[in-house]
Amino acid sequence: MTRREAVNRRRGVLLVAPTVLALGTLTVYPGVWVLWLSLQHRIPIFGVSRFAGLDNYAFLAIDSRFASAAATTIIFTVTSVALEVVLGVAAALAIHAQRGGRRVALSLLLLAWAMPAVVTAKLFEWLYHPTAGLLNVALGGHALNWLGDPHLALPAVILADVWRTMPFVAVLCYARLLAIPAELYEAAQVDGAGRLATLVLITLPMLARILLVAILFRALDALRAFDLMFVLTGGGPAGTTETITVYAYRVLFQTLQLGFGSALGVVVFVLVMAVAWAYLRLLRTSAVTA
Amino acid sequence: MRRGVRTLADALVLAALASYAIPFFWQLLTSFKPEAELLRVPPLLPSQLTLAHYRAVIERSLMPQALANSFGIATLTTLLALAVGVPGAYAVARLPLPGKRWLLLAIVASTAFPQIATVSPLYLLMRALDLRDTWSGLVLVHTSFALPLTIWLLAGFIREIPIEAEEAASVDGAGLPGLFRWVVIPLLAPGLAATALLTFLFSWNEFLFAYTFTVSEASRTIPVALALFPGVFEVPWGDIAAASMLASLPPVLIVVGLQRFLVRGLVAGAVKE
Repeated sequence: MTRREAVNRRRGVLLVAPTVLALGTLTVYPGVWVLWLSLQHRIPIFGVSRFAGLDNYAFLAIDSRFASAAATTIIFTVTSVALEVVLGVAAALAIHAQRGGRRVALSLLLLAWAMPAVVTAKLFEWLYHPTAGLLNVALGGHALNWLGDPHLALPAVILADVWRTMPFVAVLCYARLLAIPAELYEAAQVDGAGRLATLVLITLPMLARILLVAILFRALDALRAFDLMFVLTGGGPAGTTETITVYAYRVLFQTLQLGFGSALGVVVFVLVMAVAWAYLRLLRTSAVTA
Repeated sequence: MRRGVRTLADALVLAALASYAIPFFWQLLTSFKPEAELLRVPPLLPSQLTLAHYRAVIERSLMPQALANSFGIATLTTLLALAVGVPGAYAVARLPLPGKRWLLLAIVASTAFPQIATVSPLYLLMRALDLRDTWSGLVLVHTSFALPLTIWLLAGFIREIPIEAEEAASVDGAGLPGLFRWVVIPLLAPGLAATALLTFLFSWNEFLFAYTFTVSEASRTIPVALALFPGVFEVPWGDIAAASMLASLPPVLIVVGLQRFLVRGLVAGAVKE
């Protein structure tokens, strides 16, 4: 090892030390601790604290509330992400086709994405108000109770989530569109390709890779989603909007069962990591190039 | 003729996007509506505009305190995340490290880490260290949570800096502090701004930890104070609208004024390999 290499190695360790310390104490250590907690019966207010092995996980298999929360999580994730992708691509294409006013257009979109999810929840709570809500007024004075009706609540939450996060997909696609070389379009024009052919044969394939990335990011976020449903519906009515994350939170901090709640948290973690891993493999092995 | 069609198309797209933002503008309008007209819709437009809701929120609620808390916590989180993240990202991007592959894997994996998975041990930790209800507690957990993305973004931006600039600096005998002071930081400035904005927004918007680790009303951040906005007999829709607008003020300013950096950060996070 040359003197220079030794210096660089020492510098590297020195510079990365604070990062390792921060992630070690506040992410990795709690990450191991939560596994330990999930193997216990632990209810501090009753002074219960004993080792339970895999009891908490075994209970999940027969817990109907967990089955319902898992189903809600999956419906929420799949529906929101699908809608976001379709609307996001459409918005990106529309903004890209504009001659002027792109900055204003992006501002209008990003407004929804940048504000706290709690604000989004308050915005939609007011839009969904049974009598004075803009949505019911626009629908001709119906008194639909969007957040109180078990059939409407989940679609209402999904709508709010799509509104909030579609701009993220749109901005990524828009940035990708800007990078497509103009020669490609010119060549297509020379070949006599119409608008639809250009869209299907050139534009959409060029968007494929960034869309895969956007879908991954959005799916991971949707699986972890908490703020919106916690504030908008609290998981109700009748548990119809309760995702695994909301269930875990209520078990942890409303019924104060630290052990079982931690097990639910671990389930969310495993779910997220499994999706991320499967997806990265897919991304690596797929022939998508752009 | 063709030009006219184009202009019309542009106008239509802007109109569609403006209507997309209706939930926001409707809340903005609500925040200026007289109390008596709130629940009487239609008419959509109020007979007059009033500042009463803003006055109520600023004078008789804990919102000003919550704004101060959020502003302080988000600013300190951003500074700390950059102070830890810039050297960390530089080491990851440019220097040989033992176990670098594992470190990179850990960083990527922690960007996907769900908060719910560590909220229970972190709660016990905060309680044991007496950090609940303090700025320091939230700054620490926000920083650790934002750090993986911060490093990911910064490492990408650092790789774009021409390595010759750094080598010239070392030939001139600049030490580590000199290298950062004179080469890395100046050349990194736009990427630094993009990363700082995303970190600030993350902390400003964060709800789960802020909700769990605060007990007293006075230590609440903006999202928590808004989620728990008190109503005595009925829901104070006008006051909530005004409070929502105050909570969205920094994000809106960032979107309108610093859009270039924001988009740069968003895109960099997604396309860096």
